Amino acid sequence: MSSVVTAAPLQKTFTRNHKRQRILLWLGLALVVLFFVSLLWGRYPSVGLIPWQQLNQDELARLLVVNLRLPRLLTALFVGISLSASGTVFQTLFGNPLVEPGFLGVSQGAACGAALCIVFLGGSAAMIQGLAIVFAFSGLGASYFLARRIRYGGWVLRLVLSGIAVSALFSAGLGVLKYLADPLRQLPEITFWLLGGLSSITWTQFLSILPATVAGLVFLILFRWRLNLLALNEETAFSMGAAPKRERLLLLIAAVLPAAAIISVSGMVGWVGLIMPHIGRRLFGSDTRYSLPASMLLGGIFTILCDDLARTLLAGEIPLGILTSLLGATIFIILMVSRGVKVER
Amino acid sequence: MITPLLSFHQVQFGYKPKTLPVLDGLDLSLKEGRITAILGPNGAGKTTLLYLALGWLKPWAGVINLAGKPIEEFSRRVLGQQMALIPQSEHIPFEYTVLEFVLLGRAPYLPSLEMPSHADERIAYEALEKVGIAHLFDHSVLGISGGERQLVLVARALAQTPRLLLLDEPTSHLDLGNKYRLVRILQGLQEHGATILMTTHEPDLALAVSDEAVLMEKGRVLITGPTAEVATGENLSRIYRVPVKIIPVEGKNQVIWM
Repeated sequence: MSSVVTAAPLQKTFTRNHKRQRILLWLGLALVVLFFVSLLWGRYPSVGLIPWQQLNQDELARLLVVNLRLPRLLTALFVGISLSASGTVFQTLFGNPLVEPGFLGVSQGAACGAALCIVFLGGSAAMIQGLAIVFAFSGLGASYFLARRIRYGGWVLRLVLSGIAVSALFSAGLGVLKYLADPLRQLPEITFWLLGGLSSITWTQFLSILPATVAGLVFLILFRWRLNLLALNEETAFSMGAAPKRERLLLLIAAVLPAAAIISVSGMVGWVGLIMPHIGRRLFGSDTRYSLPASMLLGGIFTILCDDLARTLLAGEIPLGILTSLLGATIFIILMVSRGVKVER
Repeated sequence: MITPLLSFHQVQFGYKPKTLPVLDGLDLSLKEGRITAILGPNGAGKTTLLYLALGWLKPWAGVINLAGKPIEEFSRRVLGQQMALIPQSEHIPFEYTVLEFVLLGRAPYLPSLEMPSHADERIAYEALEKVGIAHLFDHSVLGISGGERQLVLVARALAQTPRLLLLDEPTSHLDLGNKYRLVRILQGLQEHGATILMTTHEPDLALAVSDEAVLMEKGRVLITGPTAEVATGENLSRIYRVPVKIIPVEGKNQVIWM
């Protein structure tokens, strides 16, 4: 009896979920096309696309594409995907649409580590990366343990508070380091790192962050429905069979891992981790079953586009972080004030 | 004798070590298929009792059994299949649709990395039908009224298909019409074999739906038994410290307190 009555509305839900999956597939396809077009896009030999025949004849063009553009583009792709994924997970876990992947001391920690390396240890790319990642995780660790020691408030409030405090300590440290830095040599390098950019990415760097990033992302993707459960009150999540404390910690680590790895090679690429989750939810609804993969794909597209502009708009390189902030904030404002923008929710 | 579905034996619990316990020497047993109401003034330990039953809080001393077996011997997942909580209110951070939100009740049946199936969506939708808000399935949970949201929480609990429903002051956000609907829903669930434990501040509600009542005061059970014998004017006056009278009107007991 009930099957007759339930058929229509449920069918509507099934059809919509189907449609969402199809749109995700199209987004993925768009990302792949954009990726290959971007591979040919640049300022060599002149602004525009390298013609396909030239790749066969011109050794320099081939080297450029394989050794410079390919690792750079792959990194840009992972910057977008990782920051958006961690952003969505963070916002869901904290039940707060204002948090971004770096706020638990991760970004400021990485910045402080990188600056420390530039000022005192010479600042080879590998060392900057290593120190940034060590400091990013000590930022997370410090925030986590401080949150456990705070004696009042719920778990979320305590983590947010300790994240703010730890970030403030690191940014004070960063301030000291900037003050100490040689204004002609080191300070510009610190500033450039803080603005974020992918101009000097090598295969070695990309491959060094790949395992941690992929491991974290695969876990998040597989866990994406249950993530919704952890947005609820702890006792409610518990009553539905979850282990909220343990599962949240696990997800937190899985989300910080790719973000920290990425920040260590790209520097601070702002706004991607904050707005892509918003756009994902805006277009696909709040259910992280769909909004998580959506924000990841959108993040990949957005970052690759920004990086394309960063390397071709001017003769010199524009720091990627400037473009992501500029375009990201603009899109954000448009999205927040317009009502009609949605795919299916 | 039949094993009670849920029982507390000499349970002691407190929130902070080295302070006085919130519950002490608490004994309670729930018969399967009955509706039990816990009455008591603010701070008597009613909600604490629910959280202990759920396994969310661990007692300092004593034993809590579900179907004759200590609850710590069950996995969380199985507990989630046996018991569902309907909290007094819930912070919902994002704009889930009603159906997406109720679907979360299927979590105890799904391995951590699995997505809900069409069958799960169907169970969630049927839960919405049972509480009479199936027409809202596509609305945002944040865009409906407080009373409707309370019914969404009931539906989510039903999607867990539990043997025991725990309700924490279910009528606190409901207007008269929704209160009536909730009473009918609870009675309907009981007819289908559900066991219900609820806390309430309203002796009327206890008299209207519950078979058994438990009067609590300062972390102890004062009296327990059939509701009509427990929720008397004398007993209610004693625990709330205000004059209360129970007057039968048209065959039903009505609470008069002013």
